[in-house]
Amino acid sequence: MSTQSPGDTPAVSGQFGPDLVEVFGPSQQDGGPELVQLLTPEGERVEHPEFSFDLGDDAILGFYRDMVLTRRIDTEATALQRHGELGIWAQLLGQEAAQIGAGRALRPQDFVFPTYREHGVAWCKGVDPLDLLGLFRGVDQGSWDPADNNFGLYTIVIGAQTLHATGYAMGMQRDGVVGTGDPERDAAVIAHFGDGASSQGDVNESFIFAASYNAPVVFFCQNNQWAISEPIERQTRIPLYQRALGFGFPGVRVDGNDVLATYAVTQAALNRARDGQGPTFVEAYTYRMGAHTTTDDPTRYRLSDDLERWKLKDPIARVEAYLRRNGVADDDFFATLQQEADDLGHRLREGCKALPDPQPLSIFDHVYSEMTDELVAQRDGFADYLASFEGAH
Amino acid sequence: MAETQKTSQKITLAKGLNMGLRKAMEDDPKVLLMGEDVGKLGGVFRITDGLQKDFGEDRVIDSPLAESGIVGTAVGLALRGYRPVVEIQFDGFVYPAYDQIVCQVAKIQFRSQGKLKMPMVIRIPFGGGIGAVEHHSESPEAQFAHTPGLKVVACSNPVDGYWMIQQAIACDDPVIFLEPKRQYHADKAELDESATPGPLFSSRVVRSGTDATVLAYGPTVKSAMAAAEAAATEGKSLEVIDLRTLSPLDMAPVYDSVRRTGRAVVAHEAHVNLGMGAEIASRITEECFYSLEAPVLRVGAFDTPYPPSRIEEDYLPDLDRILDAVDRSLAF
Repeated sequence: MSTQSPGDTPAVSGQFGPDLVEVFGPSQQDGGPELVQLLTPEGERVEHPEFSFDLGDDAILGFYRDMVLTRRIDTEATALQRHGELGIWAQLLGQEAAQIGAGRALRPQDFVFPTYREHGVAWCKGVDPLDLLGLFRGVDQGSWDPADNNFGLYTIVIGAQTLHATGYAMGMQRDGVVGTGDPERDAAVIAHFGDGASSQGDVNESFIFAASYNAPVVFFCQNNQWAISEPIERQTRIPLYQRALGFGFPGVRVDGNDVLATYAVTQAALNRARDGQGPTFVEAYTYRMGAHTTTDDPTRYRLSDDLERWKLKDPIARVEAYLRRNGVADDDFFATLQQEADDLGHRLREGCKALPDPQPLSIFDHVYSEMTDELVAQRDGFADYLASFEGAH
Repeated sequence: MAETQKTSQKITLAKGLNMGLRKAMEDDPKVLLMGEDVGKLGGVFRITDGLQKDFGEDRVIDSPLAESGIVGTAVGLALRGYRPVVEIQFDGFVYPAYDQIVCQVAKIQFRSQGKLKMPMVIRIPFGGGIGAVEHHSESPEAQFAHTPGLKVVACSNPVDGYWMIQQAIACDDPVIFLEPKRQYHADKAELDESATPGPLFSSRVVRSGTDATVLAYGPTVKSAMAAAEAAATEGKSLEVIDLRTLSPLDMAPVYDSVRRTGRAVVAHEAHVNLGMGAEIASRITEECFYSLEAPVLRVGAFDTPYPPSRIEEDYLPDLDRILDAVDRSLAF
């Protein structure tokens, strides 16, 4: 790199190191050479020198079921929004492998800090998908108890939860549940966020805190290429996983549409954390095949060619190809699963419509651990006001 | 540790806070301190002096220089069952953490329908008068009092500092704890550790009077007391109330006082426009309308940014500005 004056006399010269790698050109289009992949889009198992999938076909059948049912939750919720039953829905279409791979790598004692799109991780952690709908229907702001499944409430402010995750991991260190060597005891935290959040100050601060304290946290970034309408090029000039090095911990880019690779990489990262070796950044390279949310219109800002190209890398289709080609699953399996998905969809539809609206006076509940006199007075006044309409038409 | 053996001693506000933090940490192993320079240095004002040495680096945590990071990780620690007490080094440095405080700290209990608690104390040295550069002398209390889910208190003296910090730490709600930095090392007061403190979220009549009520908190309590002293020499009897809690407000003693005096002046270092005084004046007007002999008057900083420190005493409400408002009230 050099700068020259108009007269061609070198005013300043110097070398700042090698040119940056080409981030968004043809060499990176499929995730680049660093992408960890264990199952190709055609459904063929491939080896990787550092990461391997150590479970059998039964586990792959389970992952497949998880992904199909998660996609059904997503499809059903999208339909419910179109029918006016939900105010909005944040779709995960195309990100099933990233979420199931990450979710199934967790142990019960691990804690998840999600964004608002981690429906597949919630599924893995045992959160009833019906409970996810309340927030999007507007009847609550997250009704599940995080303590039940070690799955935190959805966080709407982009990236804020990465700091919570880091602090929670610092708490685990103080509780003596890191690096004891006991697999039943050692725990880690996983913080989910997206490519857009990677630009947030909170996310970068969480990297600094986690590195500084060697906190047992896995930063799991689903790079789905789009932050609403902003492409990944607007967020970064280097592959996201490479940022980790600058913060002092390892980063890895995994094929987020490959559930086997995502599982293997996340498990390795979680093991590092549980063992007391500190944070890891996992960039799950994937694609948001749907809209940002049901209020978004991606046709305004991206090419359909892009979508068509990514459809060929569908996370579910490649596992189905593997299962069929290797005779792991027969038609009965797929038919039974289809029925299970239909039943789940039915339960969600009926359950969603039956979710009751909260009572108006509940507005005043849980602002504080005990209601203040000020709020008691406001609530009582509002109750009297509401009562004044009784019997009126 | 020796000083905690004695039951009574003269201490500064800085010492009172330090002793209160120490006591809270002794009483509850879940109490953690975190902030910039709070460890080896003991904080830039020495409020946490000696605590890391006695409680270790796991409980007194020197943090990276990132306020959102401090508060955000404290949220995670609280979710894990700890009771973090974070120090924001100066009032003007709290804004990078504003999003975490307002969107997360304040709302997590409500969002979770009470399933999650957020027992966090955010200590902020506030107010001016120390000759500092920009961003070191501000009074942001109204911004936090305006946020449902937060509690906001301000101590004004060494004894309150000792008790209020412990009570704030014991509170299951997040508390913004404002400390008048000008008072840290100013005056000493007699602390009796065997005493029983009053409730945290209560205001207190600190001087009785009959002609007008002066409402103050944090650094202006001292000015209000001095004003009352000066007024007495002119035959005017001022009642002074230390509000102590800004959210929730404890207005009952205020109403009681104003109904007797018929006049009220609110004094704070924060800007007058949309400051605490505006809310207090409004509430007094609603509750004591027929007792009022004059409009409730506000004394505070002008609605400008904090000026260079050589003229800060012109900017800040002092004894004379409070007396001027009292005179206008009495002349109404």
